[in-house]
Amino acid sequence: MKIAVCVRRTPSTETKIGIGGDGRSIDPSGVSYILNPYDEFAIEEAVRTKEAHGGEVVAITVDGADASKDIKKALAMGVDTAIRIDPPADADSAAIAGALAEALRDVGPDIVFCGKMAVDEQDFQVPLRVATMLEMPAVTFVTKFEVNDGTARATAETELGQTVYESPLPVLVAVEKGINEPRKTGIKDIMAAKKKPLDERAAPAIAAKVAVTKLELPPEKQGGKIVGEGVDAVPELLRLLREEAKAL
Amino acid sequence: MPSNDVLAILEFRGGQVTKAGPEVLGQARRLADTLGGAVHAFLYGEGANGAAAALGGYGVTKAYVADSPAFAAYNGGLVARAAKDAVAACDPRLVLLAATSPGKDLGPRIAASLDAGLAVDCTAIDIDGDALTAVRPVYAGKANQSIRIAAAPFVASIRPNVFPPAEAGAGDAEVVALDTAAAEGETRIKVAEVAPRETGKVELTEADVIVSGGRGLKGPEHFHLVEELAEALGAAVGASRAVVDAGWRPHSEQVGQTGKTVSPNLYFACGISGAIQHVAGMSSSKCIVAINKDPEASIFKLADYGVVGDVFEVLPALTEQIRALKG
Repeated sequence: MKIAVCVRRTPSTETKIGIGGDGRSIDPSGVSYILNPYDEFAIEEAVRTKEAHGGEVVAITVDGADASKDIKKALAMGVDTAIRIDPPADADSAAIAGALAEALRDVGPDIVFCGKMAVDEQDFQVPLRVATMLEMPAVTFVTKFEVNDGTARATAETELGQTVYESPLPVLVAVEKGINEPRKTGIKDIMAAKKKPLDERAAPAIAAKVAVTKLELPPEKQGGKIVGEGVDAVPELLRLLREEAKAL
Repeated sequence: MPSNDVLAILEFRGGQVTKAGPEVLGQARRLADTLGGAVHAFLYGEGANGAAAALGGYGVTKAYVADSPAFAAYNGGLVARAAKDAVAACDPRLVLLAATSPGKDLGPRIAASLDAGLAVDCTAIDIDGDALTAVRPVYAGKANQSIRIAAAPFVASIRPNVFPPAEAGAGDAEVVALDTAAAEGETRIKVAEVAPRETGKVELTEADVIVSGGRGLKGPEHFHLVEELAEALGAAVGASRAVVDAGWRPHSEQVGQTGKTVSPNLYFACGISGAIQHVAGMSSSKCIVAINKDPEASIFKLADYGVVGDVFEVLPALTEQIRALKG
């Protein structure tokens, strides 16, 4: 089985965000990057599917050369090969999806795994754009996945409840937290990852559709009022919630 | 060249247009007025035909309806395929939908099929000359991003609970029942089973009040204190990442950057220290109450009202007094 997984890195979720000099992006100083947490679930699911059914897993990222540490992590987790595509200039989600779709056409995967979103931009676009461009059935918010005799079965979990979808292959699956527990990698895995092939490609010429014009911090919330200590503070808290905040 | 019209995508479920529908229709009307165009609607769901004409009361001119048993449960590929027929019929400048879970699934499918730019989860949206401008929270609300899409058609989704719902007036829309046979035939993915959400249980992202618990609860066996307060308030239960990762609570309850972003009217943070990634998911709550025994906990800097105290004492007292209050 040929399995692809789309990944990228994001600033760590513990990062305090500052605005960069261009006023449109974050201040990169002091920011540490991690694999997008949802993409880690996607990698784990891809590797588990390979372990159950055989085949190989290719990870694809559209990111600059400094993303290589994060690609190595995917390879250490059990991905077999990786493709890194330089991002098109001012790339938005549509351009990144376009670059991924182009690469995926060559790969010809049976299953494409993605994270449901990246925790920085949080725009949920890339997986479903890729699927639409490739005319591939797709499910997102997936918390359970299995494939048997060429049919994929994916459970999506949202505010609507649980919905189980069945699809022929190829299929794109965008995963939600809870689908699995990503494996820890050891020294041996990291050493093995160094020997795995990484195919680096130039940026495709794809124009962005959405331009970021400004990035701002939200107005600081003025909290800090301490009502009191322990159970004695409860009546006053309730009075404030009713009379001042009118929240009860 | 697209028309100056706006197409509002609306979901019909549980016998009615969903809660976010009137919010979408309100913005659709406002933006269509700016453009000098009409508002049309694409309404999908089993039984939707019966609700379509009344959309005229929201100023909808034509209501395109996808209504068959295949639309009983949400199937993104199918809905996107049917929406394509509505888009082809009215050639809108803007397709507008709500950034609910179905909307987050549907928006990119429609945008990709139109080769259009998509603004996701907007908290402000406008037409500026030939362009669409919008503001959207990123990094789970740690920052706001202003964006611009220069070329029409545009697709945009608005964050639920942010924009005022439009008021229904009188009037009938012209109902166009779409033939969904072709869409159903072309859709390879099928819904095999549906387990709807437990009724009576309040969903986090839709809740007016949320009570969240963190590591201060010391173990899953103590979470009943949070649940009882939530029940007394008619609130949803949330959790910090620490307790979800520890396996005390399901991930569906997690509030934060790797969980849900919520903005209820009232948020109780119980035994939660206020890690950046948690705060990111709830800082836009209108009123925040923090209960924590550590007076230095960073959650107090954010909270409108803080109580320094042990959750094991404060929560039962709070629950009891709220029950008495609600009689």
